[in-house]
Amino acid sequence: MATTTKIGLEIHCQLTGAKSKLFCRCSSDYRGKAPNANICPICAGLPGTLPLLNQKTVEFAAMITLALGCKFPDDIAFYRKNYFYPDLPKNFQLTQYNAYSITSIGVDGKLEYGNGKDARIRRVQLEEDPGRLVYASGSMDTSVYVLIDYNRAGMPLVEIVTEPDFADPKDVRMFLDKITSIIEHLGVCDTKLEGSVRCDANVSIDGGNKVEIKNISSFADVEKALRYEITRQRTMASREIQVRSETRHWDDARKVTKESRTKEEEQDYRYFPEPDIPMVLLGSEFVSFIRQSMPELPDTRKERFMSKYGLSAHIAQVLIGNKELADFFESTLMIYLSPKEIANWIVTDLMSFVDERQKKEEDKQHLLFAGLKVGPEHIADLARLVDQETINRATAKQILGQIVRTGEMPSALAKKMHASRIDDASVLAQAVQSVFQMEQAAVHDARRNANVANFLLGKVMKITKGTADPKIALEMIQKKLKED
Amino acid sequence: MPLYTLEAGQVVEGIKNREFSAEEYISQLLGRIEKVEPKVNAFVTLNKEEGLNRARMLDKKIRDGEQSGPLAGVALSIKDNICTKGMKTTCASKMLESYIPAYDATVIKRLMSAGAIIIGKANLDEFAMGSTTEFSRHGPTRNPWDISRVSGGSSGGSAASVAALECTASLGSDTGGSVRCPASFCSVVGLKPTYGLVSRFGLVSYANSLEQIGPVGRTVSDVVSILNVIAGSDENDHTTINSNKPTYSLQERKGFRAGLVMEFTEGADPGVSKMIYNAADTLEKQGCKCEEVSLPSVQYALASYYTIATAEASSNLARYDNIRYGFDMNPEGYEWNSYFAKARSNFGEEAKRRIIVGSYVLSSGYYGKYYLKAHQVRSLLKHEMETLFKRYDVLIGPTMPILPFKIGERIDDPLKMYLVDIDTVVANLTGMPAISVPAGFADGLPVGLQIMADQFAEQTMLDIAYLFEQAAKVQRSPEL
Repeated sequence: MATTTKIGLEIHCQLTGAKSKLFCRCSSDYRGKAPNANICPICAGLPGTLPLLNQKTVEFAAMITLALGCKFPDDIAFYRKNYFYPDLPKNFQLTQYNAYSITSIGVDGKLEYGNGKDARIRRVQLEEDPGRLVYASGSMDTSVYVLIDYNRAGMPLVEIVTEPDFADPKDVRMFLDKITSIIEHLGVCDTKLEGSVRCDANVSIDGGNKVEIKNISSFADVEKALRYEITRQRTMASREIQVRSETRHWDDARKVTKESRTKEEEQDYRYFPEPDIPMVLLGSEFVSFIRQSMPELPDTRKERFMSKYGLSAHIAQVLIGNKELADFFESTLMIYLSPKEIANWIVTDLMSFVDERQKKEEDKQHLLFAGLKVGPEHIADLARLVDQETINRATAKQILGQIVRTGEMPSALAKKMHASRIDDASVLAQAVQSVFQMEQAAVHDARRNANVANFLLGKVMKITKGTADPKIALEMIQKKLKED
Repeated sequence: MPLYTLEAGQVVEGIKNREFSAEEYISQLLGRIEKVEPKVNAFVTLNKEEGLNRARMLDKKIRDGEQSGPLAGVALSIKDNICTKGMKTTCASKMLESYIPAYDATVIKRLMSAGAIIIGKANLDEFAMGSTTEFSRHGPTRNPWDISRVSGGSSGGSAASVAALECTASLGSDTGGSVRCPASFCSVVGLKPTYGLVSRFGLVSYANSLEQIGPVGRTVSDVVSILNVIAGSDENDHTTINSNKPTYSLQERKGFRAGLVMEFTEGADPGVSKMIYNAADTLEKQGCKCEEVSLPSVQYALASYYTIATAEASSNLARYDNIRYGFDMNPEGYEWNSYFAKARSNFGEEAKRRIIVGSYVLSSGYYGKYYLKAHQVRSLLKHEMETLFKRYDVLIGPTMPILPFKIGERIDDPLKMYLVDIDTVVANLTGMPAISVPAGFADGLPVGLQIMADQFAEQTMLDIAYLFEQAAKVQRSPEL
């Protein structure tokens, strides 16, 4: 039986590029600091403090709004979402809300994410991150107390909500990759920082009840969580059990979604407009300012790579798919302009040295090339050597294999290898000579039966302890058989 | 004449010209406080040592010929919902009984750098919610004119301390009349500035969209000196108006047009309205033109005020969960939800009432019926007022519809209590400035004249207040 699956996403991305929190002057660089060292009276919610809207975050959110093809309202406002939770210093969260009028910075967008598919964006909004709860013994179930760290409280978040336009978890993955690339290109969020991008998802099948999945710690796990949840719902449907409308949590260790321990009843958040933040008028002047000051988006960059550098769509896509790759590519071009050659070296060869672990998202804290000792100057040098036919492609690959570990310049290594090849040749010639002397009978046979040459090769390999290039050695043996 | 009877201007001049020292002045005030405080109960915390230290430092500055500031030596009581760094700020609540702020409110910073001395923190209704100062954890503040009666509220401590000569002047906060009501009841001058004129940074929020910090003094001139120091935009409060720092002065101006709001006089006690008509006569004698005017939407003002104020309050008071600050309460045996509930049961009756009402009007499905409608009334009122201000410089009427009543008289009838705010809430709902000046006495009890003006028309409002004050010559301080 065919089933229809509907998946919607709610993505939160921290505006780490904003330098300070959403409503105060505290640093947005809170990671690794002593607990509650990155707070001030405002983000700690002390009595008498007032929120001061960080203008930069509005600009960043506006860039995301434009990148996702959303429309701007004339002005934006903030709402209080009232609920009690120990990680909220004020016991309300400042966010945006569209029930009474449009106050969020972006609405009604659309993003094309690959293979001609697109998803509608319901809204883009600014809101504050709560603090962090640290359970004494690691989990809520076993702890007798909880510690609260407000260092994160008040971090600027952009929430991106999609319509339920996905049917396949693989598409969700492509969409999330595109979002990552966009916010990286805009410079608004360092997605490599732990917890800087988070995603909740909702799933329903065959028009049934919607299930929310929360607590998915990385974008990579979203796909897994969705696959699990779809299977769970399909299994229930096949047994004619109705799927309940509920919130489930992704259990990272067991790779399953599970019922929330605390039943989340229908909350009444008692939304009302925040009186302390005056409405922010956007206007056409602001929008055109954002448009002008906005960094190049990945799609535009891809087109430029194709039209200016003649790259194929596939190669260009791989490069812009990860801003680090695209930046590496362009830095290399600054040194030596051979776009196709360089793109190939990066996408095909250099990538093959990247640790499998790092290609996945589990270890995204590090740069892709962090473990490798190569920079753009190395790749530029290598491409130049190949272009000038100083070395052939096979040698170049060998060189790359070494320099990623040593950081030596390819041209220096090529010179050394050239010299050692000569040494190798004379050593090999000596070995062949001595085998011919020791195995005279076999040499005799070999002159009549070509297959015996392989026996001689075996002997050469034995003498050289396997270090000889068998192809070259065999050529040498055959040549010598003809000579004598 | 004892030093503690002096006006702010006289204090500043006297100290600057070394007729007396700041230390002498503060010592005399502390002596006065010791004498009358048991009767009045205007203070929550006294700042004796630090106050004297500040005075000595000021005296040294003056001896050394340094600049001393426009409020040098002026002793202020500060309503205990305005944050003072290192000095307890309790909001007269159990929830903040030992709370010591880590920062100074903007107004405090400005007053201190102008040379003012904080002599203590003044009593109030819990979180400024009340009209009598009876809802205080520290007991009611009594009216210096008759200590069996309420001082008004919620800035009762501020007005009573000024009337009882326990300080030069005071800062209160006015959300629905909280500066003007006690000023009227205690026969002193109290001003609520235009919304956005004075920074609220450091004022513990009750209803953010309505309230302003305002000065209380024995004369219009004292109120002006303080307003000049605290007014002006603040980078820590984005609702302050971005403009040059205003400076007000007192000018002898005549020929004003005043509208006497008939809804206010009609609804007042006969004794009160008689004094207000007398006040209008006084102004006419000074060359003002007074006419009766109507403000029909005023009938919705109280409902609108209590809807908006409680809605905002219910959310503002949510942070008092006893986690980051509060009082000693062992968390053992609670999970966080029950701990919050238990801790928050320590709010006083009136605060609880407003949290419940506010949560109700904001709850899902009622927003349009109450909160949105309350805002429509706000717009309507503002429109009516603006129309009137095209024809009149100011609107006048009684500040309070009744005379100061006995302590305990209305405490069990919240609705009756709310009704006394009818004349004052209009200025808060419209954001417009208003001042209460002593108009005289009825049955031996003070009556205040309220003067309202258009947004940022403080200067006009003050000119008329000054004109009236000079003409009416109302007795300033009670026998205690």
